[in-house]
Amino acid sequence: MNNNNNNEYLLKVDHLKQYFPVKDGFKTLQLKAVDDVSFAIRPGETLGLVGESGCGKTTVGRTLLRLYQPTAGRIEFDGDVLFDSGEQYDESGKMIVDATGKPIRGKKIDVDMLPYRKKMQMVFQDPYSSLNPRMTVEDIIGEPLDVHNLYKTKAERRERILELMEIVGLNAEHAMRYAHEFSGGQRQRIGIARALAVNPKFIVCDEPVSALDVSIQAQVVNMFEELQEKLGVAYLFIAHDLLVVHHISDRIAVMYLGKVMEIADADDLNNNPIHPYTLSLLSAVPIPDPETARNSQRIILEGDVPSPLNMPTGCPFRTRCKYATEQCAAEMPPLKDRGDGHFVACWNK
Amino acid sequence: MQNKDYANLKRNMLSTQVDISKFKDFDFEKATDEEKKQQDVMGESTTFFKDGMKRLRKNPLAMASIIILAIIIVAILVLPSIVPYKYDQSMMANGIRDRGATNLGIMEYSKAELERIDAGEKVFPHIFGTDSLGRDYFIRVVYGTRVSLSVGIVAAIMVLIIGLVYGAIAGYFGGMVDLIMMRIVDIIYSLPDMLLIILLSVVLDDVLKPIIEGTILAKLGSNMISMFIVFALLYWVSMARLIRGQVLSIKNNEYVLAARCIGTKDSRILTKHILPNCLSVIIITTALQVPSAIFTESYLSFLGLGVSIPMTSLGSLANEARAGLQSYPHRLVIPAIIICLIVLALNLLGDGLRDAFDSKLK
Repeated sequence: MNNNNNNEYLLKVDHLKQYFPVKDGFKTLQLKAVDDVSFAIRPGETLGLVGESGCGKTTVGRTLLRLYQPTAGRIEFDGDVLFDSGEQYDESGKMIVDATGKPIRGKKIDVDMLPYRKKMQMVFQDPYSSLNPRMTVEDIIGEPLDVHNLYKTKAERRERILELMEIVGLNAEHAMRYAHEFSGGQRQRIGIARALAVNPKFIVCDEPVSALDVSIQAQVVNMFEELQEKLGVAYLFIAHDLLVVHHISDRIAVMYLGKVMEIADADDLNNNPIHPYTLSLLSAVPIPDPETARNSQRIILEGDVPSPLNMPTGCPFRTRCKYATEQCAAEMPPLKDRGDGHFVACWNK
Repeated sequence: MQNKDYANLKRNMLSTQVDISKFKDFDFEKATDEEKKQQDVMGESTTFFKDGMKRLRKNPLAMASIIILAIIIVAILVLPSIVPYKYDQSMMANGIRDRGATNLGIMEYSKAELERIDAGEKVFPHIFGTDSLGRDYFIRVVYGTRVSLSVGIVAAIMVLIIGLVYGAIAGYFGGMVDLIMMRIVDIIYSLPDMLLIILLSVVLDDVLKPIIEGTILAKLGSNMISMFIVFALLYWVSMARLIRGQVLSIKNNEYVLAARCIGTKDSRILTKHILPNCLSVIIITTALQVPSAIFTESYLSFLGLGVSIPMTSLGSLANEARAGLQSYPHRLVIPAIIICLIVLALNLLGDGLRDAFDSKLK
């Protein structure tokens, strides 16, 4: 489907950094929400992104869509570079610097996002606050059509809206209703219809099911899968529920404190986790059978997540990792291929 | 049917679940379509406005205020064409000024008028009597109410427009823009408004007089115009602060982020997403702004800085009545009561609107 370029990836993110300034008295600290994250997504593929709350998953999604101005890095979408802060990196992932230690900068690129908003969209976490309470469903779904002038006549607009409502399984009679008249699952469907309105190639799903209850979660997740089959969209599926992510994703990336720790195929990651953090995450997944659950061992991490304002040196996980060595404190391990596209950032495992 | 599958399961003694195996198929009857329809409980789709009006209608105080305001507005629109007197016209008898028609009490007639009535002529009664210059007091009160109410409404609209635009921009763009715009607001807040009104009326008097000469505005007088200008310059600040606060909290909602993600322009986000969501605050504050403007106008007129004679307002009527307070107390009481009625009704209406439209109180 991606025939206008011979690049095998739809979206490619390299060394993405997103720092937020935080005022602490007279000092301004930097909150490193996303620190040097790289990954790529193929057309029609789902990349799951997991990690505990506050690890920067949502920020990655929003920065990709340029809802935040990235601090550094490079975002390439569909063969076009959307953003490039110009830093150069060598093969091993180290920044190339000149003799004085300053990074050698290439050309800076920062494109106008409006045309790309038609190709990349987002589904939000909270179906209650992501729909404007003063707008009818028709207007909510119709807004992307209005903004991008995707219709010629009023009838055409209405037809497209009803078509979208049908795709996501909403009753066409409900077009004139307001968002507060719907249940959580239905609201999430409205949000999905809004994202689909522009026929995107890529959708960031920012914890789209975590605010729904379990039976509805299944419906919505299955709908995401059906839509992918039908429309061939690629997803970045952000969630903290490993079971859901495993179900929907082709590949999964595990994040900790703004850094990607492990990326692998979904099954590979589930059966053969390498990074100690992934191991402890997987051990925390509830097991539906009480017998097996009693016998399985839960790896409980010691201590708390360090503040992203005051990150530990080297590997951010070393403060809670039982394998931590001096090397971990000195340097962040690079994300290395351990075969079959299973990338892990760890010195010891 | 499925009963068989359940039959094999061991049933817990304490289970309170309905034991399906005890029932046979013929114990059940299929629901008819009509019965199914009864299960569809679906409320009418209501809009924000309809919903609010429904709640407003249930508030007796607010409804009474609306009725009182409606009566006052109809009265000031219709009465001047019914009453045969003018606000600036002294009573005449046989082509000369009727000296007996000054300072009449409520529903009194002058000697000359009594003679005319005896002669079979019809004379319109002086409902509130006349003032010291022999002008019908009732029609003066009607015109005074007209001026006071329109001052209130015009001022409220000006405050609304300026405050809304300023506050929305400061709140939406935030950061440095917000910082600078809000410091300007702080400066304006700290200016003494009374002093400014007095200074402006003196300065603008000379400037405005030639400009407004011959227009309708001339009737109101340059004092009135400078009062409007002062309102436009000073009174929007509290409105701007309020709207800014609202915008600041609303812009963090995910639907605003969703709109940005779609590629919606800032202006459209402001008008379509943010401002409609602070509508309740806007309606309420504007409703409460009217009485405060009427009050300001009243005490300025009372101080002699309001409308220029012979045009009148409720405040200047009260001021004129001060001189004969001992003998003709009704001349002070009547405009005072009308000011009270308008201000009270608008305040109660504002309260009612807040209760009806503020989603936080639902």
